[in-house]
Amino acid sequence: MSEGTKGVQEKERAQVERTRSTNVYTPDVDILEKDDSIIVLADMPGVGESSVDITLEKDVLSIYAKVEPEVPEKHQLLHAEYGVGDYQRSFTISNEIDREKIVATVKNGVLRLVLPKAKAVQTKKISVQAG
Amino acid sequence: MLWTTGLGRFAGGFDPWTQLGSMENEMNQMLSRYAYPTSGEFPAFNIWGSPDQVVVTTEVPGIDPNLIDILVAGSTLTVRGLRNPEQVEKGVSYHRRERWHGKFGKTIELPFTIEAGKVEARFSKGILYITLPRSEAEKPKKVTVKSA
Repeated sequence: MSEGTKGVQEKERAQVERTRSTNVYTPDVDILEKDDSIIVLADMPGVGESSVDITLEKDVLSIYAKVEPEVPEKHQLLHAEYGVGDYQRSFTISNEIDREKIVATVKNGVLRLVLPKAKAVQTKKISVQAG
Repeated sequence: MLWTTGLGRFAGGFDPWTQLGSMENEMNQMLSRYAYPTSGEFPAFNIWGSPDQVVVTTEVPGIDPNLIDILVAGSTLTVRGLRNPEQVEKGVSYHRRERWHGKFGKTIELPFTIEAGKVEARFSKGILYITLPRSEAEKPKKVTVKSA
């Protein structure tokens, strides 16, 4: 979280409201950078494959996941230590990403987003020409 | 509306009302996190009840269900588990590392004896659901009154 990490920055929350009136939580994320890709892992319990909405517009990566709470039938909530709601988080990404090859998977409530770097960004060697 | 008309030339720039609105949203979001009476122990439990049983739910995303231990004794429930950190090879740098990992455990006591043989647990989308039926011996019995 130091200032030195220039690749991925959290974007300020946009000043728009969602129409769905549910709580919206900020998921905990790990962001790793490999030579050829950036990997985003987000803890989003209650989220399935079909309910995640990922958009990459210009350099803003937005993750929005809808949660349909699974409520035990004919039961009453007696004690609550956590709240249930949707998840949202946005990042600005400075590296060039190969948009066609982004892969997102959800397993056991964890989103794994693989953002491959564009070929041009991976290796850029500049040869110095003799003057 | 005095302000908005007066600040017309700042349109698109600094608008105090939108700023206040977004501040309010942020505060609501922050407060909603703390609006729950947590016991402070991880993981957080939500407890659902019906006359016959209790369902305990807890959010443990990314865990291997085989690494969760659920122990029932008398009227207590213990949930223990382990979440391994992401395995990374050399040359990988972290930009952020917010997700938790490690061992956890929590014990709660219910106001009735649990029918240990009928406890069921299900893990779906990172949420653990544990159904704890009330012991048969403790269920209230209906007594019919005979007339003489």
